[in-house]
Amino acid sequence: MKYKLEAKNIDVFYGDLKALNNINIGIMENAVTALIGPSGCGKSTFLRLFNRMNDYIDSFKLNGEIFIDNKNIYDKSILVDELRKNVGMVFQKPNPFPKSIFENVAYGLKIQGIKDKEFIKTRVKDALQQAALWDEVKDDLNKSALALSGGQQQRVCIARALAVEPSIILMDEPTSALDPIATAKVEKLIHTLKEKYTIIIVTHNMQQAGRISDYTAFFYMGDLIECDKTDTIFTNPKMERTENYITGRFG
Amino acid sequence: MNNGEKNRLKDSIFKYIGIFACFIGLFLLAIFIGNILYDGFNRIDWSFLTSLPSRKAEKAGILTAWSGSLWIVIFTFIIAVPIGISAGVYLEEYSRKNKLSTILEINISNLAGVPSIIYGLLGLEIFVRLSKMGSSVLAGSFTLALLVLPIIIVATREALKAVPSTIRAASYGLGATKWQTTWYQVLPAASGGILTGVILAISRAVGETAPLIVVGALAYVPFTPKGPMDEFTVLPIQIFNWISRPQHEFAINAAAAIIILLFITFTMNGIAVYFRNKWQKKINW
Repeated sequence: MKYKLEAKNIDVFYGDLKALNNINIGIMENAVTALIGPSGCGKSTFLRLFNRMNDYIDSFKLNGEIFIDNKNIYDKSILVDELRKNVGMVFQKPNPFPKSIFENVAYGLKIQGIKDKEFIKTRVKDALQQAALWDEVKDDLNKSALALSGGQQQRVCIARALAVEPSIILMDEPTSALDPIATAKVEKLIHTLKEKYTIIIVTHNMQQAGRISDYTAFFYMGDLIECDKTDTIFTNPKMERTENYITGRFG
Repeated sequence: MNNGEKNRLKDSIFKYIGIFACFIGLFLLAIFIGNILYDGFNRIDWSFLTSLPSRKAEKAGILTAWSGSLWIVIFTFIIAVPIGISAGVYLEEYSRKNKLSTILEINISNLAGVPSIIYGLLGLEIFVRLSKMGSSVLAGSFTLALLVLPIIIVATREALKAVPSTIRAASYGLGATKWQTTWYQVLPAASGGILTGVILAISRAVGETAPLIVVGALAYVPFTPKGPMDEFTVLPIQIFNWISRPQHEFAINAAAAIIILLFITFTMNGIAVYFRNKWQKKINW
């Protein structure tokens, strides 16, 4: 068993509030791991630990260690911008930059100082193809990304994350602002992406977790209640609280 | 009269009070502009714009005044805009919430309310005397730059605040540094609001008189400035000078110069409004 990501003895505080309580978990490579649980249970906070997006919150405090490929990413020697090139993120609401589709996808390369235009073009095309958007937008790459539909915008955001070739993608409820058809497209996409990437996805939608994930972790009130293969969690959970949540008896 | 009628009456009374309140300022401005145009419009011709000041009203022109205003505005712009935008970006994007940033913020709002004559005295002491610039264009520009800095800083901060935080998150998430995020994403998205603030600040600088009088702008300058260290006058001072003379002909000159000054400020405000509307339409979050 080789874990791509590992969290050891994680406590998170926002000021006096304890948001996560002694979390220990290992996340498998090239698999989709879903984080589920009721609102405010700490699953988004946990997700954002892996690319250090919580660092911007003034009152944030972390105890414990997070390992990616056996390196502690909260070590002083880690450069946050380098870390984020390896750990891409897709957000809850589609958030394309108010620029063209091409510029959106190329941005991650531009900030790395890459100037080779042919190289950038190839990467942008690759990323859009992987995000299953190329055929829809190949003729108007110079169109503003804001003119696209919500589902297309979210796939631009996924392509933008893929263009810098990360090995891990974090997704924070990526379909919660999308309609069912766009959601289905993004879910299908996630399914194909796991061949190349390790994906962690936060979702409120239990059916979605069941459909797309290989492993599921159930959070409740800052505790990790249970983490196992998705099939096991949904058919034969060990903890009563997990079963109650999954069957809709609370939460 | 029953209750319903009373309420409706109150409603319509307030409506008329509101209309009165809205239009009284506009109405008075219209009378003023009409009056000025009546007095001064015929006086404006090419030679009025290109003549030096003179003791004879019909030969006097505003060349030194408007060229002095232009020099002042350009240097004020060069000094105030980079500093103002940098300060705004620092306060909004970089500084953490602590005592120092709170003190800075309160003081910048305070600065916006300091009477302009105080800025004049400050300029006189620091720029004219201590820095030995004399009563030059540069000293005047530094003084006005101080005066308009709070306007630019506040406008920059408001414009940056209006940029959704999701844009910053997206940029950071791709590994961008704070500076890259600010430079490539946040500033371009905020440029409309910042530009509006800059133009409003500059049109404020065009109209300022009191601080420049204190700094030592002259009412009578027979030459246009040739460099930033030259003495100067500006339009509002020229107007004030003409108004204060007893001869009626000079009052007509003043009216004509007021038309030019108003034309400049209205044009700049118009440009500001145009850009604001253009950018607001372009970005629909």
